[in-house]
Amino acid sequence: MSGIFTFWRANKKTSASIAKDRLQVLVAHERSANQQPEWMPKMQREILDVIRKYVPIASDDLKMEVRNEGENVSVIEINVDYPIGK
Amino acid sequence: MSKGKVFVVTSGKGGVGKTTTSASVAAGLALAGKKTVVIDFDVGLRNLDLILGCERKVVFDFIQALKKECKLNQAIIHVKQISDNLYMIPASQTRDKDHLTHEGVKEIISQLAEEFDYVICDSPAGIEKGAKMAMYFADEAIVVTNPEISSVRDSDRILGFLDSSTRLAEEEGKRIPQHLLITRYSPDRVESGEMLSIQDIDDILSIPLVGVIPESRVVLDSSNQGKPVVLNSQDPAGQAYEDVIKRLLGDDVPMRFTEIEKKSFLGRLFGGR
Repeated sequence: MSGIFTFWRANKKTSASIAKDRLQVLVAHERSANQQPEWMPKMQREILDVIRKYVPIASDDLKMEVRNEGENVSVIEINVDYPIGK
Repeated sequence: MSKGKVFVVTSGKGGVGKTTTSASVAAGLALAGKKTVVIDFDVGLRNLDLILGCERKVVFDFIQALKKECKLNQAIIHVKQISDNLYMIPASQTRDKDHLTHEGVKEIISQLAEEFDYVICDSPAGIEKGAKMAMYFADEAIVVTNPEISSVRDSDRILGFLDSSTRLAEEEGKRIPQHLLITRYSPDRVESGEMLSIQDIDDILSIPLVGVIPESRVVLDSSNQGKPVVLNSQDPAGQAYEDVIKRLLGDDVPMRFTEIEKKSFLGRLFGGR
């Protein structure tokens, strides 16, 4: 294709590059989800229920992650964002 | 005792070219002088026999051999119209895939690995029992991927299973070698930005590339006739499969058909693009 079309394309994202961006996000997310222990989703729901007895939070305000720290130690990291003044 | 190499041809997504690839890889290895057997693991949806042109020779099948309802040798079909070195075992068309047990599959594959140089396991689509069994005893994997968003995603899922759910992973903590085979590739559509490129796919899956098969009308034509594409040495798809065989056998062959063919001066003048 000649120069003028290439120039036009340079300003517009091609559908292949959109596909690649979507894949990169999705694949990173699915890989980390697959590495989570099987009991994580259930534990996450139960912790969410306990917190909600005291603080009104949305389900995505609770973030949980299991990280391997060295050979014999895993760390469960729990972050809860909750609105002040409610 | 010599130990043959066991390959699984897998993908996750259906319709990307697993059976086409299994047939061509098996036929190519056989023509290169390696005694090769290819097993159809797609219980209930048998198709490899058609692609290899031996559907009328099917008497016994994989499940019958596994359940010892026939001798293993009786389930093996000699595909001698393609090569004296080529053999196949058809999937069962009527039985349930629950008959695929670890012990049964293990026994058959280990017997075959003693007799053959290569054992190719043609996996069904999906991540169910058939696909899990096809990969479990593999020494190496060929992951077939189309340059298309859902196929790449499914291949990534399959790579996860290949990392963790094979005999070598479970018993020895080893990751089996994984080879990426891109099929139905169209360099001109990549150039115009409507198809994922080899580089895009590599950035996401990051496993070594064993080949790129260009989109070709000849693939359908070959299936129609029951002759694996690799036999068509005039066509780019056939030639690309020949290159895959050479790479699997350890030759370092450059990739072909991955760039747009440059038109001649006159072609450019009159062809238009």
